[in-house]
Formats: sequence, structure tokens, C-alpha cells
Amino acid sequence: MKLTEKQIEVLEILENNSARIPVEDIAKMAQISVAETETILDKLEEKKVLVRYNSVIDWSKVDGHEGVTAMIDVKVAPKRGVGFDEVAQRIYRFKEVRSVYLMSGAYDLSVIIEGRSMNEVARFVSEKLSTLDSVLSTTTHFILKKYKHDGTIFEQNEDDKRIVVSP
Amino acid sequence: MKGTKSYLSKTVEELKPSGIRRFFDLAAGMEGVISLGVGEPDFITPWSVREAAILSLEQGYTSYTANAGLMELREEIAGYMQKSFGVSYSPQSEITVTVGASQALDISLRAILDPGDEVIVIEPSFVSYVPLVTLAGGVPVQIQTLKENGFKILPEQLENAITRRTKAIILCSPNNPTGTMLTGDELNAIAQIAEKYDLLVLSDEIYAELAYDSEYTSFASIREMKKRTILISGFSKGFAMTGWRLGFVCAPEEISQAMLKIHQYAMMCAPTMAQFAALEALKTGRSDVEGMKKSYKRRRNYFVQSLNEVGLTCHMPGGAFYAFPSIKCTGLSSEEFAEKLLLEEKVAVVPGNIFGESGEGHVRCSYATSMELLQEAIKRISHFLNQHQKA
Repeated sequence: MKLTEKQIEVLEILENNSARIPVEDIAKMAQISVAETETILDKLEEKKVLVRYNSVIDWSKVDGHEGVTAMIDVKVAPKRGVGFDEVAQRIYRFKEVRSVYLMSGAYDLSVIIEGRSMNEVARFVSEKLSTLDSVLSTTTHFILKKYKHDGTIFEQNEDDKRIVVSP
Repeated sequence: MKGTKSYLSKTVEELKPSGIRRFFDLAAGMEGVISLGVGEPDFITPWSVREAAILSLEQGYTSYTANAGLMELREEIAGYMQKSFGVSYSPQSEITVTVGASQALDISLRAILDPGDEVIVIEPSFVSYVPLVTLAGGVPVQIQTLKENGFKILPEQLENAITRRTKAIILCSPNNPTGTMLTGDELNAIAQIAEKYDLLVLSDEIYAELAYDSEYTSFASIREMKKRTILISGFSKGFAMTGWRLGFVCAPEEISQAMLKIHQYAMMCAPTMAQFAALEALKTGRSDVEGMKKSYKRRRNYFVQSLNEVGLTCHMPGGAFYAFPSIKCTGLSSEEFAEKLLLEEKVAVVPGNIFGESGEGHVRCSYATSMELLQEAIKRISHFLNQHQKA
């Protein structure tokens, strides 16, 4: 769908700022009225262009919430008529699955799983994923540390290094 | 040293220390200060640029370059100026790479001024113009612009300031501290005056990349003006490279070669690793600049409208990253306002009078800081105004 310049402006502002930014501030940044901003947001939500207002959380800092994340390369046999879509759907419906991408290259689907423990993920792969009819093979990679996630660097010294007043 | 004899040069002794220093000292010891007092980007230099400088060090490029700078860099600068601003300069004879735009300004003035020559400075202005003219033996002639005119110089004001000794005009658009940007027509009017009185124009175009509402017009791109323009620019603001100290100056060959003479004796060349960084910035940094510019523009829109809402009237600045609101509603002087705001609300701004008398009654706020901090700063300024609103 074709968006207006202001609609794109609003999307970029949301993408680059905190999800908690007030509508009034978005309006000021885009130089439009609050009412117009609200109309744009409603429209983009309705059209599912603006899917969700997300927060990026570094759970590794929270005791008892460390969890594990695994990226699984899945080779599948596509089916006539539905291609990869049907098996992808069977996979992404599991709540443990955070993302599913169809890939070019050595395997077909990239599946990202989050679980409370390595055991939980292992059980999911062996019991749920590998047993699907179209799945030919899986290779599981556990993520050891998240440095940067969705454009956000987790361990960064954010201190402003500038002197306080300068010409 | 006994009190009778001073070893210092009279010129330097009489030079006023920068008023910014006092505010720096005042703010330096405080914790939790939101600084709107900085004249530089909040972005750090894009990684690809920093990486290129590191690579140059690893490869051992640690010696001098040609006086005028790496030829490859001068060629890139020539291409960049042509493509972005429609001005063409010869990398062999008309471009000099300098240690920041500040050094470019210094050697430009020293190359053109004889003792007593007058240089017109349009206030409020960047703090270095007047002292640098003085140090080069010239006489600064300050013209005060008015808030009512959006801090723009009127052609008749300019003409009235011209005497037989006038050699040059220093222009800075977009301007530090007001953010004011002159339109093509306004520049044309200045060009006609320069032509009529046979003057040089030192065009400080360091903020050229940060023009938000309209196309930027380089003074040298105006018809017949290249021959009387000394175009000063650099990487500090647009490319977020202030600490690298890298600028450049483009001028007609005769002036360029004169500047190069000073540069080769006083500086040799700009730092080599910074030149490699700048080369990378020109080759691959355009998208970074665009991204930063978008971000500044949105923050400007937010910040200026919010200032007006909480009670500080402020014109919408066309470029750079400064807002220059009037603080007259408080009945305080610029210095009092800035000092109280810092001590009571921990927000650092720069008093407008530091940039010349016509800046009195205003403060300079840099919006080159995160949205979260700008939002907090507006809250604090609003709280401050509630305490200090003139009855």
C-alpha cells in the first residue's frame, strides 16, 4: 500500500524512539496536529502496517529469567500447492517459536525458539519439530550472548562524552 | 615576574576571554545536568569512519601528507562540493585540508588582511570570528541583527557598515547560535553588495549539511561569486566528527595559494589519520549524514514548538542544531537566566550575549541530544518559568 509522506514520518519516529513516546510529541516532531497523528496511527494499525508497539528487554539481567534462545536451521520437503507455507504455519503456531523465516541457501526455514532451559528447547526440537512430516532435518544453534538485538546494543557505555558547554 | 613589565602581546592581552569558559566551569562540577550547551552532535562518528582511521594506523600511514592534504581526499572533496552544492574547485590548486574549519578561518583571514582592514561580522555570531579578525590584524565591524527580522541581515544594514577599508564579510548560514538560514534571494542581495563594493565573502558553510526546510545554497554557487568567495567547511557537524579536527577551505587559486603558504609554515598538514577518516566519510558516509539530519529535524520540530508552548518565544531555525529562544518574559538577563536555570534546574544553556550584544535577551539551546533528555529539559524549563515569570 502506498503511504503518504507524513504516514512514513510517523512510522520512522515510532521506530526510532521509545514506544512510550506521547502522541503529542510525535505530532510535534512530524509538524502535524495531534488529531491528524491519531488518525494516522489508527489507520496504520488497522491496515496492520503498524503491527505492535514493542519494548526491547534484556532478560539476561533479570535473575531467574535468563532463559535460552536457539536458532534452528530446518530442512523441509515443500508440498505441492502450498509450498513451504503449510509447514511454516505448523511451526509458527507453537508459542515457543519467536520467529520463522524462509531462507535462501543451505536450508529452508530458520526458526528461533525461546525456552526456559536447554532441556526444554531440546525436548521441543526432538518431540515437536523433528516429528513433523515434512521436516527432513534440524540443526540447533544455542545463542550464547546477545550483543545487539533489533538494532539495540545491549552492553553499551551510553555516557555522553562531550564537555558540558562548548562554542 | 615583577608587575611593571608584561611579556604578553597587547593584542592578546586586550582580547576578551570567551564567555563560554565561565559556564563550562560552573557546570563542570555538577551532577545530573542536562546539557543543551554543546555546539556539537550527540552522535558519535559512524563506525565505518572510525574503522577506516584505525585501518590507516594499522597500515602505518603515520607520516605527513602533502601540505594541502591527501590528493585523494581533495579529489573526493571536489566531487562532494560539486555534487552536493554545485560548486567546482580544482583539487590541485583551490582546496586546502585544514585542522577544523577554525583553522581554515584563521588562515583565510591572515591571507587577506593588512593591518587596519575591516571585516564585517554579523551578530549574533560564532564566538571566534571577532577575535580571529583581531589576531589577523584586522578590525572587526559588528552588525547587529534583530529577532524581528529572524536574525537576518538587511541589505541596507550591510551597506551602511561598508567603508573604504572594508575587505570582507563573514557569513554563516545556517548560523551558530541562531540557526537562521538565509534563502537564495537573501544571499543574492548580499552578492550584489559584495560585487558593488568589490568585497570578499568568507562563507562559513560548516552547517550546510544541516538545512531542514529548503535546499541549501552555497554562496560560491551564486553567479560571479566564486571569484570573491572563500568557502569554509568541514566534517565536524554534518559528519559528527568534531574531535577529529578536520575541515577544508575552497578559494580561487591566488587566495588558496596564499593560505597554503601560511598553512605550510604554521601547520604542515592536517592529521593524517583524520584525513583517512574524512576520506571514508565522503565515500560511504552519506546515508549516515541523512539519518542524523532526519533525527535533528524531528527533534528541532519537537523542541522549538515545546519551547513556544511553555512560554519562551522562539523562531523556527532553518538549520544547524540550535534554538535561540527569547527569555525576555522572565525579566532576567541572558547570563542570569542561564546561571539560574543551571543551578536551580540543572539544565545548561549558553547565554546569548556571548555571541554578541544582539544576542542579549536570548539563550542558545542545542537540540543535539536524545529525545528523552529533550523531553526532560522541557519539563524543567517549564518548571523554571513558573517560578520566574515576570509579574
